[in-house]
Amino acid sequence: MTTAPLYAATTARFSRKKRITLAVPLIIFAYFTYIFVVFDVAGLSDRVNLNNARTLVSDAYSYKTHVAQSNRDGSIAVSVEGERKGAYPEGTAPDWVRLGDVVEVDLGQGHLITLGAQVSYDIPGYGLVTARPDGTGVNAVFPDGDLPDFINASKNRVMIATEAGRFTITRARAEVFKYSFGWELFFFTLESPYYGKGPFELASLAFKGEAGAIWQDFWTNKMWRHGDVFWALFETLLMAFLGTFGAAMVALPLAFLAARNFTPLGVLRFAARRVFDFLRGVDGLIWTIILSRAFGPGPLTGALAILLTDTGTFGKMFSEALENVDEKQIEGIASTGAKPLQRYRFGVFPQVVPVLLSQVLYYLESNTRSATIIGAMTGGGIGLLLTQAIATQKDWEEVSYYIVLIILLVMAMDTLSGWLRRKLIKGDEGRH
Amino acid sequence: MADEVTISGQTATAGDAYIAQIKKKRLMSFIILIVFLALLASGFTVADSRNAGGFWDGLGNIFDFPFAMFSEAIERAPLMPAYLVQYFPSLIETINIAAASTLIGALLGLAMSLLVTRGFAPVSWLVSPLRRILDILRAIPEIVIALVLIFMLGGGPVPAMIAITLHTVGAVGKLFSEVNENASMKPVEGLASVGANWTQRMWLGVIPQVAPNYLSYALLRFEINIRASAILGFVGAGGIGYDLRNTMSWGVGKYDEAAAIFILLFLTIVVVDQLSGMLRNRLTHGTAAPQVTS
Repeated sequence: MTTAPLYAATTARFSRKKRITLAVPLIIFAYFTYIFVVFDVAGLSDRVNLNNARTLVSDAYSYKTHVAQSNRDGSIAVSVEGERKGAYPEGTAPDWVRLGDVVEVDLGQGHLITLGAQVSYDIPGYGLVTARPDGTGVNAVFPDGDLPDFINASKNRVMIATEAGRFTITRARAEVFKYSFGWELFFFTLESPYYGKGPFELASLAFKGEAGAIWQDFWTNKMWRHGDVFWALFETLLMAFLGTFGAAMVALPLAFLAARNFTPLGVLRFAARRVFDFLRGVDGLIWTIILSRAFGPGPLTGALAILLTDTGTFGKMFSEALENVDEKQIEGIASTGAKPLQRYRFGVFPQVVPVLLSQVLYYLESNTRSATIIGAMTGGGIGLLLTQAIATQKDWEEVSYYIVLIILLVMAMDTLSGWLRRKLIKGDEGRH
Repeated sequence: MADEVTISGQTATAGDAYIAQIKKKRLMSFIILIVFLALLASGFTVADSRNAGGFWDGLGNIFDFPFAMFSEAIERAPLMPAYLVQYFPSLIETINIAAASTLIGALLGLAMSLLVTRGFAPVSWLVSPLRRILDILRAIPEIVIALVLIFMLGGGPVPAMIAITLHTVGAVGKLFSEVNENASMKPVEGLASVGANWTQRMWLGVIPQVAPNYLSYALLRFEINIRASAILGFVGAGGIGYDLRNTMSWGVGKYDEAAAIFILLFLTIVVVDQLSGMLRNRLTHGTAAPQVTS
């Protein structure tokens, strides 16, 4: 063979490769342009709600305390997030609120608010705003000049938003919001005697025999509901565990039916494979909908949805693994006079069990994620708590807490399944 | 396996010890199996007790809903082709969400994978932190990001696309870096010896070796992402999942449309699975065209 045709062929191939290297990025670029248009990415800037984004981010790491005065009877209520569960007991308040005939609220950085029949806000760099709300309106008096951007005033409502906090005056109420860093009531709510105590103090109290009471107050915390959250996490894990291993147990006998070397009968093989394809093709989404109609929301529905989908997946994977078994080992066992069941027990199982188990464990982690998603759709586990917290559109600190918990849970399952898989493989190598 | 073998006199004690060991091991396996089965059984009991409807009560009703749906669909069978056409654009949107996020996710994941593979990484101290970031991206369920983004960006395909993309970056980044670890360093060293910079070494030395595996994983991701994209539609992120939820919450009277969506979704998943399965087989077990060999 002369080099000329080879040379020509190589040149042709090179030019073809060149065309491909140029065409692929162009096609990708064209597709992105198409996506940009059909998804209306350009119009996104109009739709994006920056206010929502800002509340979400600031709420995730801070909490706000409300100091509210009823202008009808002059009563004062102080509470975290304005919720009854976070209310300060009568006559108590955080140290930046001075209770008395005239209530003084010190927002820091020189921002001082007084509440009473006449309310006032001393804004540094601007001046004193006073108001005397009554049946006719809020009667606000501002320093001379145009109102700045951070004040929004009408006859019956004045809203002042500064970097130190927010102050709203209406005819009925005067309300101060102060933002502070952290998740204030995470450990104990205000009515608990352990609120505000440091870890050392709590430890010494626990040694004095109050450990049970401390744990009780933490576990039943009404704001953060640690007990409920724990149960929700457990339910999610339960769905993943039951779904994964249940599917493995259902799929194993079916996989023998679908494997060429174990089922000579083509009809059976075909039927088993179509069952797997159907279970996988219907997909978790549709299984979840159908099952939740029959069983209602809850962890069982989620577990069964995972079980059905994964039976299809495992069946396919297991039958492929079974088709790859080494026949020699089975023949060896058969030559000692072993009966069929013994051939499976000593010839097939030792070969495939580590492989299958490792595949199943791999799915345990991804099913923890699926269980969260299914829980969010049908209602169950941490997914339900998450959708509930998002639906309120204000408990973003809880949303971020749940997200952190979900990430930790999935990562823990990932680590656990990885560790078990490594142990399995190592045990397998040890036998050789 | 050795229990039936006859053992000569001297080694009898060793044989006994071996058999005892095997027996102990089998007993352990048996105990583990029993404990595992007990866990599974009690788990189902707990799940059943915490479910709104019980298992045995619901079992009889399991076919009620599919039956109601498909009997309505059969009743109005002549309308079915019109429904299939009506919901086809939504299906395209679902597929587009999956395709775009797979493409963007795979490209970003590819870059990340080169940054986190020891031996390839240009900045070695970045390897660990970037790996943790990939772990976190992989651990977040898409629905979490999607729900938060829907709150900020409103409904539509973009939140779903971003959510699936982020998860894809995490998954693909890890898988690709595992592929990279098996790549031969020789072409990279060769390129380095002629003075190629990092980008050239990766682009010419690594990518051609691993591209078939990359493509195969990306196709697998595409299958997974179509399912994810349908699910995200169900929580309000557009596409066919969104239509499915609307027809489902309408209830009786629109079940025929729900059935049409079920059929579309089922066919899409099966077709994409088959196609990508075929392509992946071709990619990993040799290609049809002869390759240029040096």
